[in-house]
Amino acid sequence: MLEFKKPQTLKDKPFHYCPGCGHGIVHRIIAEVVEELGIRERTVAVAPVGCAVVAYDYWDFDVTESAHGRALAVATGIKRCRPQLAVFTYQGDGDLASIGMAETLHCANRGENLTCIFINNACYGMTGGQMAPTTLIGQKTATTPQGRAPQKGEGYPLKVPELLANLKGVVYAERTSVDSPANIIKTKQAIKKAFLNQIEEKGFSLVEVLSQCPTVWGLSPVQAVRWVREVMVKEFPLGKIK
Amino acid sequence: MRSKKVFITGNEAIGEGAVRAGCFFYAGYPITPQNELTAFMAKRMAEEKRIFIQAESEISAINMVFGASASGVRAMTSSSSPGISLKQEGISYLAGCELPAVIVNVQRGGPGLGNIGPSQSDYFQATKGGGHGDYHLIVLAPGSVQECFDFMFLAFNLADKYRNPVMVLLDAFLGQMAEAIEIPKSKIQISNYKKDWALTGAKGRAPNVIRSLFLGEGVLEKHNLKLQKKYKKIRDNEQLFEIENRNNSEIVFVAYGISYRIAKEASLLLQEKGLKVALFRPITLWPFPYQALKSLAKDKRAVFVFELSYGQMVEDVRLALGESLPVYFYGRAGGEVFTEKELLNFVEKENA
Repeated sequence: MLEFKKPQTLKDKPFHYCPGCGHGIVHRIIAEVVEELGIRERTVAVAPVGCAVVAYDYWDFDVTESAHGRALAVATGIKRCRPQLAVFTYQGDGDLASIGMAETLHCANRGENLTCIFINNACYGMTGGQMAPTTLIGQKTATTPQGRAPQKGEGYPLKVPELLANLKGVVYAERTSVDSPANIIKTKQAIKKAFLNQIEEKGFSLVEVLSQCPTVWGLSPVQAVRWVREVMVKEFPLGKIK
Repeated sequence: MRSKKVFITGNEAIGEGAVRAGCFFYAGYPITPQNELTAFMAKRMAEEKRIFIQAESEISAINMVFGASASGVRAMTSSSSPGISLKQEGISYLAGCELPAVIVNVQRGGPGLGNIGPSQSDYFQATKGGGHGDYHLIVLAPGSVQECFDFMFLAFNLADKYRNPVMVLLDAFLGQMAEAIEIPKSKIQISNYKKDWALTGAKGRAPNVIRSLFLGEGVLEKHNLKLQKKYKKIRDNEQLFEIENRNNSEIVFVAYGISYRIAKEASLLLQEKGLKVALFRPITLWPFPYQALKSLAKDKRAVFVFELSYGQMVEDVRLALGESLPVYFYGRAGGEVFTEKELLNFVEKENA
């Protein structure tokens, strides 16, 4: 009989995230992977600045905060000193791809034996929905009220795994989504692979997860899932990049 | 303990001191005038099978130190003034998260890119905050190459004891000049501080969390009050200073680091002319030894403060002494260093 139960790696605490937000799903996926791999007692998470900063309220293993964008530098420090630990970062698009791009690129280029979970919701959620480096062209945000316009100098959606795939230090880069049960299963497989790569000391792995942010997008949870499926994936195609 | 005499620079002495004090992790970024230290660590840390990383930036280096410290090891970074400015965000996080770490600043001329000459213009930044929020670093100011070596033990011990970042503040002069120093021949016993808060994996214990975010009414205030209590304890227990010629002197010179050496030379010249000078050297710039200075100066006629800045530590001197006696200041900055003759002329002019 299939029993649906909460993984031991999740605390008994309801998520504070908005209804329809993808963070809770990805938090749970990570918790399940850590449990299934039997690595809870040697897992250390590095939380970002953003909505997921309080991830330690939910994960039942060691967690540190990090300054905005610096998660992979912090993770480098932990992992180099204690290589037996399984260290991963959990970062949003503003954190990882804007303010923290130097840390991201160089950590990947050094081939640090780390796992990076990158949540792309095409906006800054916590600060009220400003333009992120991954905001789609034409997408309206608090700081692009007319829609993101490259011709106005607002740039193009940044494709992180494609960018990092060029680096020799990166062993694995994949983009997934959590808009359907099938894609949630694929995301779990990808995250598990990213952890296994670290356990097998292969090098730097990144999984980008397209995640819905109904509150900032101004959509219902159901519409938000549809927006990921119908609009976002056109700019950010799913699948293994490296 | 048996020791050997070696002739090395301040930058190298800091590196050797750090290695012997059990520094397990070093991350740095090239900047003059502390490059010898980074190069020294690259070599020595590899010899000791410890971790050296040349980071992509000062920002990354301080955050790597954050991670290393969170994992429970002794960790440090070093830089010079502009690079230390870049590290301020990380330093504030270290203080907020109560993580021990040692940060070395071999000061150069500023503001901006400035130049690579000696300077003491980062005193405010080091002792009054630097980053955001109500926090303090413990700030140690070595006055010789020997102290560059010795103070690294003190720095790591204080950092661990109080779970607080410690800054070792020197200047290009001290960093680059070589002196003969005594180094113990045998291994030095390192104090071991229990780090049950460190991130080592939640085995047989509840998960550890390193944080400086405290939402909810009153929670952050409570955390701040805890920090303030710690700072008071440090103020009460860790003030270090040196006094020379306490008795039978008319005036007091106050200076630290390389300025103290020059001030001392000037005091000898004055002594030949019949003016007796007491010397006061704060070793901890934070906590500043206000009471010790006040008690030294109480029966003196005047106090002279010398700094390689346009007057930063002098504010603490005035805070210690109030209007009780005249405080004169002489300083040069922009990478220039005063001579003992310059100080002598200044004192004779003001003291006439």
